[in-house]
Amino acid sequence: MAQQAGAGRRYVRAFVSGFFVAVPVTVTVLDRFAYVARVEGASMQPSLNPEGNVTGSDVVLLNRWSVRNYQVRRGDIVSVLSPKNPQQKIIKRVIALEGDFIKTLGYKNRYLKVPDGHFWIEGDHHGHSLDSNSFGPALRTPWRARCSVKCCVWCSHGVSLGLVHGRASHIIWPPNRWQRIEPSIPPERMPLLNWHADATEDEEKD
Amino acid sequence: MFRRVLGKTLGFLGYTVQYGCIAHCAFEYIGEFVACSGPSMEPTITSHDVVFSERLSRHLCRIEKGDIVIAKSPFDPHMNICKRVIGLEGDKICTSGPSDVFKTHQYPRLPQPTLRPAISLKPITVPKGHVWLEGDNLRNSTDSRSYGPVPYALIRGRVCLKLWPPHNFGALNQSPTGRIVKRSD
Repeated sequence: MAQQAGAGRRYVRAFVSGFFVAVPVTVTVLDRFAYVARVEGASMQPSLNPEGNVTGSDVVLLNRWSVRNYQVRRGDIVSVLSPKNPQQKIIKRVIALEGDFIKTLGYKNRYLKVPDGHFWIEGDHHGHSLDSNSFGPALRTPWRARCSVKCCVWCSHGVSLGLVHGRASHIIWPPNRWQRIEPSIPPERMPLLNWHADATEDEEKD
Repeated sequence: MFRRVLGKTLGFLGYTVQYGCIAHCAFEYIGEFVACSGPSMEPTITSHDVVFSERLSRHLCRIEKGDIVIAKSPFDPHMNICKRVIGLEGDKICTSGPSDVFKTHQYPRLPQPTLRPAISLKPITVPKGHVWLEGDNLRNSTDSRSYGPVPYALIRGRVCLKLWPPHNFGALNQSPTGRIVKRSD
């Protein structure tokens, strides 16, 4: 009897000590390094979810370490916290960074300079996406991860650098779509020029 | 001998990782200590005060009007701002400056610090998912009156306790400005 009680207490102690190692480490890894999320919606077709939800949504690996200093590049696919709903994350492509002049699709000012500390995001599927064209430049701020990332049509607002959450680096499901996500901007959506750039950089962009 | 050293080093590393992760969870989900600087929240919080800001309210979306919050600056994500929540989504705010400040992305400059800001006749409605932040020291505060409503997701935590200086230890005062928006229907 005493032996069984002793064994039981040992198991409980082992479980508790394991719990206090596993949970903080897992939470820290998901918050600081990377997490995995399923993409819902059609606003990033054809890059993500090319067949919609019929054959299953894409699952992407989102890298949080690379955006810890809010460093994103034009053409990256990023997840940002939604300015409309703080508990939702949206996944879109970065089109322009602070200081860029861009031509908007359907937003009120046709030509717009992205303010400091902000950036411009768009879905790849223009007819189907609520993005900076509806809500203005995005805020980017990192925050905590959830398991599902919606990229559906969405409302207008400015998006700022503080809201950026993670950079989509790989598609990991379904297996026939395993790939590394490369940054690329559709040529017709390239920013026109950058306020802060030298003249030589502008020439290279053209 | 080598194995013992290796074993001890690995054990030490293991403990460091474990306690580092526990510290991360504590600072991320429970609360953190913040040293404030700047005059924008006087007299409630003065420069070089140390306060404790708790994170649970932000995670559970329980930030309310009148709370003092720490948030990321909309124009520089590396900087944090400490302001009071004056209005939540849907509230109408009377403020100085052009009423279409959000539509044109031209944020108005604050009037001269010696003048009282005039109240405009057209109120601004705080959009969904945003809050309106203002400092308690209205004459010397750059807040939503100049950069517009701030997304709720930029808020980091709610200041609940002042820790330093010791003679001011304790909870924080109510807003001295009387700018908190009444409940809007």
